[in-house]
This record gives sequence, structure tokens and C-alpha cells, in this order.
Amino acid sequence: MTTLKELTKDEYFYPGHAACTGCGAVIAIRLAQKALGPKTVFVVPACCTSVLQSAFPFTAFDTPCLNIAFEAAAAAASGVVAAYESRGLKDVTVLAWAGDGGTVDIGLQALSGAAERGTNFIYVCYDNEAYGNTGFQRSGSSPFGSRTTTTPTGKREHKKDVPMIMAAHGIPYVATACISYPLDFVNKLRKAKGMIGTKYIQVLTPCPPGWRYSTEKTVELGRLAVQTGIWALYEIEYGKFALNPPSAALVDKAKRKPVEEYLKLQGRFDQMTPEDIEELKSWIDTVWEKYKRL
Amino acid sequence: MGQVLVETGNRVAGLACKAARAKVIAAYPITPQTTVVEQIAEQVETREMDAKYIRVESEHSAMAACIGAAVGGARAFTATSAHGLALMHEMLHWASAARLPIVMAVVNRAMGPPWNIWADFSDSLSQRDTGWIQYYCADNQEIFDTIIQAYKLCEDKRVFLPAMVCFEGFILSHTSMPVKIPDQEEIDDFLPPYNPPWLLDVDNPVTHGPIVYPEWYMEFRYFMYEAMENARRLIPEIDKEYGKHFGIEHGGHVEKYMCDDADLIILSMGTIGSEAKLAVNNLRKSGNKVGAARVRVFRPFPKDEILNIARNAQMLTIIDRQVSYGMEGPLHTEVKASLYSEQDSPMTAGFIAGLGGRDVTMHDIEDMVNKSLQYLKAGRVEKEVNWVGLRE
Repeated sequence: MTTLKELTKDEYFYPGHAACTGCGAVIAIRLAQKALGPKTVFVVPACCTSVLQSAFPFTAFDTPCLNIAFEAAAAAASGVVAAYESRGLKDVTVLAWAGDGGTVDIGLQALSGAAERGTNFIYVCYDNEAYGNTGFQRSGSSPFGSRTTTTPTGKREHKKDVPMIMAAHGIPYVATACISYPLDFVNKLRKAKGMIGTKYIQVLTPCPPGWRYSTEKTVELGRLAVQTGIWALYEIEYGKFALNPPSAALVDKAKRKPVEEYLKLQGRFDQMTPEDIEELKSWIDTVWEKYKRL
Repeated sequence: MGQVLVETGNRVAGLACKAARAKVIAAYPITPQTTVVEQIAEQVETREMDAKYIRVESEHSAMAACIGAAVGGARAFTATSAHGLALMHEMLHWASAARLPIVMAVVNRAMGPPWNIWADFSDSLSQRDTGWIQYYCADNQEIFDTIIQAYKLCEDKRVFLPAMVCFEGFILSHTSMPVKIPDQEEIDDFLPPYNPPWLLDVDNPVTHGPIVYPEWYMEFRYFMYEAMENARRLIPEIDKEYGKHFGIEHGGHVEKYMCDDADLIILSMGTIGSEAKLAVNNLRKSGNKVGAARVRVFRPFPKDEILNIARNAQMLTIIDRQVSYGMEGPLHTEVKASLYSEQDSPMTAGFIAGLGGRDVTMHDIEDMVNKSLQYLKAGRVEKEVNWVGLRE
């Protein structure tokens, strides 16, 4: 797909859902459904999507959705895949749709197991860098320096690199994405849909109440995350790593915007000291050095 | 017609899984369950069985995968023991509350520490309130028959709950005995294909298990309560129907042995129930009017049958291969609760025996009965909870 105009006008996620104003995750759901079409089954562990899909007797989903326990998305999805295989259903996409807590922390074992078994499904981690649904507690995916309700003075550890952990499983497809680059995200989902085996996509979804910014800035913050290089867009297709535009042009450090431009718009970073910012910058540089070598 | 095989309890469970035409098996190995999943793996890989076998990385994932499979439209099976069952706990609630008719073999084993791989019922009885039907078997034939019966029961639209088919590790799991396996066509005739009323289906998109607010939640729980009551009614019916098809019945909720004229009845579960019959034979020889009743189903608990059995007895000797710390044996508690509404109900004496695989012989049971008879003679149960065979 070369322009977003080619994307279906059909909507599979209805208005009236229960997400916060400016929610990045809802943009991701809407794009994922449009990219994958109506023959898609969502498997959703405890995460913001458990809440924002709305409550019984209503649902915002126009595709089937199986809600499941926090750590169980990939395992439950494995069961759905096996059932469909045994019934000979070949044209349904099984999509595990989990937050970062349910992926990089409590759900990592089940995800690793499903990937190792080569389960034929897409796993999307929508990453708002904390336990958003429960009041924004620290997760393994929270960045260094960020204030969460369980790191009130700022997290002292860096973000866990789960896309690379997934790549180490040797699965056919690993990608990162961001809701501010919808065409890139849609194309990655469609590419994943066309492959057999486990496909992992981690999409950055800014979160106004957790990141503490004004709700109209969701897309802008996603863009800044990529432009400053704190989040990079890449894919690893059958083991081959490639940075995608606009990240591809940012290997040269001079082309990356200063990370302060990203940090200063968010309340969660406002207690960072100049030393903290230097530490974060040095981490970003290290990560990019790693990308260069891949 | 069928055939008679000499097989271990675990292999029989694997054969029952095949005979039930389970389509998705998700399992993780744990002693003493291991040979169940090895048997199933062999059946799947040699294409004796047309099924998907998911070799999950934990029991928690085993049950999560069974949930996904059952809601995806496939008959699901798993097996576990002890710590594996405990790890599944969260998903046990999920399976029953999602109303999915999963059947699981539980090869009973004691919980650690200290590590112990031998039989007692502390693993499955810890899961009493998860909304699972619980059967307990006394021999390998019963394991086969109960797995088939359990699918029939669980997939009844009035029930739609999951079931554990429990049997004691090593005592049955690794002991060979003759088992009659009916022909596949006969089983297919008894157990039609899985046809769930709700599915994860792109042609009929439904959101399963969303948030339900307090004004609706209790109704969902009431439906489960009602389903369990329906199961209570259907368990003996299905056992009888099975008997009509295959010529074997197991007594519905409770297998009774010489209870009709008995002054004292031994109540127990699992293989201790078989041993109790031998004790009854011996005790009858010396003129004691003793009977034995083996509780086959712990959930739903057969309170009416217990009441009927106990009505004419003066003393109940209740043997628990498990203990609820801070109370007594769980069977003891349930039996007493079942009798509460009855006037002049019999005395009860509780015995904790056979934990962690310690042998319980017919002579041990005779000793328990003799002690109970002393209580009866004295008109008072001196000690309500008796630990059997403790080292001094």
C-alpha cells in the first residue's frame, strides 16, 4: 500500500468506546482492524483494551474478541490457532493484542513459548510504556527517567528491548511501529498477515494521562519519539534487519532531534536532572550504534 | 464389542482422550501425569489420533490454550498433577466462568514442600471452588468410562462447565489392570461431535469475557450455580445411559457397597473406596453390619445421596486422603454439612490417612472402623479428627 487512501473506509471499532481522549491505543486498534480486515480474531489479555472495548452488554469491537487473563494472551491465541487448524479454517487471522505490561513482563513466558512453537499468529504489543489501565505503574517497558505511580522519582532502569528478544527466537517477522506513522504500521501488519509463523509487532502508543501531556498532542509525540531516535522504526524479516523511513535517515546522529524536544512536552519526565538526561541520551546513542551494526 | 486391554491408568486416560476424539490437547509434563501426555503425543504423531497437540511451556499456558481451543470450536483435553494444577488455578476459574467444557485428567499427587510425588487429594481439593466438576476414580476402567462420561456431561447445553477426572498417582497411574475399551463407533454413538453454542467466529462476531459491572455480574455466577445443579441431576443419568451402551455403570454420584442394612458406613474417595470393600467383607465375617460408600463426585457434592445412605446408619467412618488445615478432612466437612438438616443423624468420626502416598490397607480401614465402633458404644466421639498411622 502506498497511500492511506487505499485503506478501507469500513470501521470495525465503533465510537462510544471507553478510551481516554487522545488515546494512542485506540488509533492502533482502528488501524490494525482496517489493515487486517473483518476476518480477524482479537485475543486480549488484561490491558487498556479490556476496558476501552466498553462493558457488557456493549462492545466497540465488530470483530470477534476473546478476553483472557493477564499473562495468557499468547497461550490462549495458540489454542485458538490450533482449534482453527483442526477445523480447517485457513482464512482467519488470529491477533493477540496486548499492552506492554502483558507482553514484556507477565506475558513474556507465554509469548516466548508460542514463538518457539512457531504458532501461526500475529502478536501486537501496543506500548504505552507503563501499566496504563491500573493507574500508570512502572513496567519493564517504561523508559529511564520516566515518572510512574510506582517510580515517583523516576525510573532508574532502561526500557526492556523485547523486539530484539523476539528476534532472537528466529521468528519470521519482528517489527516496530508508531501510530504517528499509520502507513508504516498498516503495511507491517499486512506483511505479517501474509507470512506463516509467529509475527511480532511492537507499536508505540502515546498515552495522554500517563505521559502527562495535552490530549491533542498524541500524534505529535509519536512523531517526536521517532524523530529524536528514542523509538526507532524497523523490521526484521527472516532475520534481516532494516530501518524504515523516517528512522532510516537517523543513523547519522546529527539528523536526530535533541531528545529534550520530546521530553519537555511530557510531565512524566519533568523531574529528570541534567545528568539523567545525559544518561538517557547516552543510552539512545548506544542503541543506535547497535542498529548500525545490524 | 470392543476389546480388553491390560493398561496403566495413565495410558487408559490417553486412550480415552483418543476415544473421545479430542481435537486440541495442550499439556505440560509433570510426575506422575507424564505418561498420559507421552501416550497422547505418540497417538498424535503416529496419526492414530486426528488432533493438534500443543506442547506448552507451562500448565498455566496449557489451560489458557485449552480455553482458546474450546472457544475456537475444538474439543479440548489436558492432564496435570499437583503443582501443575496449582499453577493453573487462575485459568481454572477462567475456564469454568467462560463456560467451556474442557476435560482434564488430574493424576493426584501431594503438594510440596517437602517434595513428594505420591498420591493424595490435596491438589484437586484445593481447587474445589473453581467451578469445575470433580470426579474421583477407583480403578482404570472407571478412568476410561469417566472421561467419556465427563465430555457427555460437560457438553450438555444445560451444563457447559469443565470437569476434572481425578485418579491417584502411581496407585492407578502406573498400575496395569484389565480395561474394556468399546469400539470407536459405539463411543461416537454415545458422544456426538462437539457443538458449542458460543464460538469465536468471524461470521458472528461476539466479544467474550468483557467487563461486567456489579448490576449484571451476579447473574453470570447464578447461571454457573444453576449449571452445577443441572450437572448434579445429569451425572447419574449419564452413568446409566453409559451403562446401557457399554454394560458398565459406576454408581452415579456414589458407589455403594452393602449399605442397605449397615449400622456403620465407611465413606471415602478413590482407591481407598476399593480397599474399604475388602474391609467390609472382613468385618461382616465377624458379625459387624458395615457398608462402604465411595464418593465419585466431589463437585457437585452428592448431598442427597449422602443423606439417603446415612439415614439408617448410626455411625459414619469418614476417611480423607487430604486435610483442610484449621478444620478437618474436606470429605468429613461436606458429609456433616449434608446431614445437618436431618434429625437424629448418625455420629461421624474423621480419619486422615494416606497423605503423600502412604499406603492405606484394608487392615488400616478395619482399625478405623473398630475405633468408630468404640465411639459408637461409648455414645460419644472422643476424637473427631484421627490421624492414621502417625509415627510416635
